[in-house]
Amino acid sequence: MRRLFDEELADLDTSFKEMGLLVSETIQRSVQAFLDHDRATAQEIIDSDQAINQREIALEKKSFEMIALYQPVTTDLREIVTILKAVSVIERIGDNARNIAISTIHVKGNRRVADIEEKIGNTGQIVSKMVADVLTYYISDDAQGAASMSETAHQVALATQNIRDASIEAMKADAENVEAATDYLVIGGYLKRTSDYVTDIAEWVIYKRTGKIVELNPGTSSFI
Amino acid sequence: MAEKILVTENVRLYYGEKEALHGINLDYRKYGITALIGPSGSGKSTYLRALNRMHDLTDYVTVTGTFLLNGEDIYAPNMDTVQLRKQIGMVFQQPMPFPFSIYDNVAFGLRTDGVKDKAILDEKVESSLKAAAIWDEVKDDLHKSALSLSGGQQQRISIARALATSPEILLLDEPTSALDPVSANLVENTLIQLREQYTMIIVTHSMSQASRISDRTAFFNQGKLIEVNDTKKMFLNPDQQMTQDYISGRFG
Repeated sequence: MRRLFDEELADLDTSFKEMGLLVSETIQRSVQAFLDHDRATAQEIIDSDQAINQREIALEKKSFEMIALYQPVTTDLREIVTILKAVSVIERIGDNARNIAISTIHVKGNRRVADIEEKIGNTGQIVSKMVADVLTYYISDDAQGAASMSETAHQVALATQNIRDASIEAMKADAENVEAATDYLVIGGYLKRTSDYVTDIAEWVIYKRTGKIVELNPGTSSFI
Repeated sequence: MAEKILVTENVRLYYGEKEALHGINLDYRKYGITALIGPSGSGKSTYLRALNRMHDLTDYVTVTGTFLLNGEDIYAPNMDTVQLRKQIGMVFQQPMPFPFSIYDNVAFGLRTDGVKDKAILDEKVESSLKAAAIWDEVKDDLHKSALSLSGGQQQRISIARALATSPEILLLDEPTSALDPVSANLVENTLIQLREQYTMIIVTHSMSQASRISDRTAFFNQGKLIEVNDTKKMFLNPDQQMTQDYISGRFG
């Protein structure tokens, strides 16, 4: 029997996916803008962050209402809890995109280290793909796919460690590099954290599918 | 602001000397479902029954206050209660099919009203059964006794019977509490479909039913209206502590 609840849940689900796609696109654009030294795009990303936050608030409000009015159980409950938990994480990924954009504007004009920027570019590609992938797994209810995020997150941890080491080397080699390399460090941190957030979402996708709460990212590496 | 279809002000009801409703003020906009909730003895059913003068026949009951249906005084001495109850229909807790066919049950109100034209009756019976979401289940058995149906079906027949006279308001007194969950669900779905075209006031003991189907919820306690608000607000963040305690199961 089709219930009113199902229709509202379908709407909630659609809004969540829309927000997720928006954020996944934003993180990709912010890394690209950083590589292209594109201040205009960076500014756009900063300006649009508020819209992402608004979406989070709207989704949370709707979730609270649905819990209060329908007292959902079993898969219904898991789906709402998943959205409620994941939506905060998606919003934080949006904040990271904004922070990278702020760094993009900031770094302009300083001396730059091409080698490290290339590393950041590559890691950025991996991380934006992670965000897109985890949404695909959410949409297709793919617990196995979600679990595979653990491995990718590990690669990102190594790559950001590498950015960190290279940045420190560059600073040691030439004091002129300190300003740029500090930004590289920070951006490496944002990418690492975004990748951690993706594994959080992946954990909730697994919960939604199986009802089991798992830990996909037991890593101890703290970036900075 | 949507038009007010029913206004009740300072409603008091006495059983002999004893005051049981202590001045209820409640307005209803056109369309949608208002749920009346509250513990047993809170006065919600008593209040509901006052809306279409169901207490008239109980001689020790006195009702005072203002009751306006589209601006007209429901308790005016010249008000025809048969006419009134066509405008304000009622569905009870126990499904109450009359002991004759499904068709005759639904056509009952119309025939009382003097409608004899078979084509009109046929049309009205069909549209009412459809509106009550029971048509598909009974369309081939319209001349079977209504008593042969299940409780959930009987209740939807009762709703169809109330709808047949084209009421403006439908009063429902715990319409699903005698039904199993599946039948209750069917009746709830019927009500959800009807809420775009009818103004419904439902007394329910099921908090989850009130939250699922109503647009507005009124909480009664000890003959008083404690709070009325949008259902969303009532179930997320009511103004009154007492409402909060009742809805979250701390008393009642």
